[in-house]
Amino acid sequence: MTDRFVSRGFVGRAREAGDGAGRVPPGQYLTEGFPVLSAGPTPQVPLDSWEFTITGLVKAPMRWSWQEFTALPSRDWLVDISCVTKWTKLDTSWHGVSLDDLLGAVEIEPRARFVTAHSYGGYTTNLPLTDLLNNQAFVAWQYDGSPLEPAHGGPARLVVPHLYLWKSAKWVRGLQLREEDEPGFWESLGYHNRGDPWREERYSGD
Amino acid sequence: MPEPLAWQISTVTAIRVETAEVTSFTLELPSWRPHRAGQHYDVRLTAADGYQAQRSYSIASPPSRSGEVDLTIEKIADGEVSPYFHDTVAVGDKVEVRGPIGGYFVWEPAFGGPLLLVAGGSGVVPLMAMLRERASADPRPPAVLLYSSRNFDDVIYRDELAALAAADTGLRVIQTLTRSQPAGWTGYDRRIDRPMLSEAIAAAGPAPLVYICGPTLLVEAAANGLVELGVPPAQVRTERFGPTS
Repeated sequence: MTDRFVSRGFVGRAREAGDGAGRVPPGQYLTEGFPVLSAGPTPQVPLDSWEFTITGLVKAPMRWSWQEFTALPSRDWLVDISCVTKWTKLDTSWHGVSLDDLLGAVEIEPRARFVTAHSYGGYTTNLPLTDLLNNQAFVAWQYDGSPLEPAHGGPARLVVPHLYLWKSAKWVRGLQLREEDEPGFWESLGYHNRGDPWREERYSGD
Repeated sequence: MPEPLAWQISTVTAIRVETAEVTSFTLELPSWRPHRAGQHYDVRLTAADGYQAQRSYSIASPPSRSGEVDLTIEKIADGEVSPYFHDTVAVGDKVEVRGPIGGYFVWEPAFGGPLLLVAGGSGVVPLMAMLRERASADPRPPAVLLYSSRNFDDVIYRDELAALAAADTGLRVIQTLTRSQPAGWTGYDRRIDRPMLSEAIAAAGPAPLVYICGPTLLVEAAANGLVELGVPPAQVRTERFGPTS
């Protein structure tokens, strides 16, 4: 490496101990707000026609109505989230069901290694199955004690807090188990296939 | 593996004040790649102690200007990167960037039209790249820009938009000023609403390609309104931001 580039006259914000120290991934900044980013209009999904499915490489597909889904064992989740657009928000509070419980309700075929999350409105994102297990991910229908707003992904949103937030599919309607990895929406448009904020996996090739 | 999008050291070759809060910076790039209108660059600032801050800024210039890009940056008062640009950066300074980035909120002449662009505040920046590219396209699809600003003096690219519209019957610029209006103002004076969206659809023509960029509330209202007026959701591309500090 040559000498590190320094931006003339740039000081940056005060770096205080406790200012989320150790919890803000590289290149991210802390925000108190909750910015909204999405590629198209917010789908409006009536609860009486909402459903959540698990399909693909499973012995028998599974389907839940809104009533059935929100009656599943659920809990509160307190997690830090990071968006590839550079903001990180600490201690966000959600309520929902663990992916372990959802995936535990089906018999997964051994050759299944990847998952495509499908959303109302057509959005997709792909994840290795291992990123969804061991209480690393959940489907939430409440944020901060209130029903999840449509702009933030309601009625229900996949949340995978250890990956950039585009993996946390808004308006999620199902999971499809697959043997081969298949790039989702942003993953086909130049964004990284996995999206680990701690490795700064923002764009293809990072 | 795809080729990584490498960081590079650009040189600021021009600075143009657009409004009191908004300034454009021309960056000369050693490894320029053609972008698509609507894309952005990431900027990374590094302090002497190694502290870094990154932000994304939309490209305002058309891809026909090879070797350089214009980034139009709004100053966010309590921000970290935008105040550095406004208060410190001078012509000749070096700025570390990488790009172009973003593959969905983009338009190129091959997409055709008509174009229906809806902007709030500095959300006009990526749409201006589209209008600038369209201006030299042949054929030029019809285009409508519905643009909401607070005050007359906050209208970014005001003179250039007026000149583009005056020279081109295929371009219609519909403006609204939500906070104050100068004497003799003939545009709208309220937030973007259903009648304005209807007028924009009618002016654009059938089956428009829609691009909306601005603050979340504006984008939500415009996108939902257009869908309710019959525009297919798949034709509506949005870029939403809170302030990028």
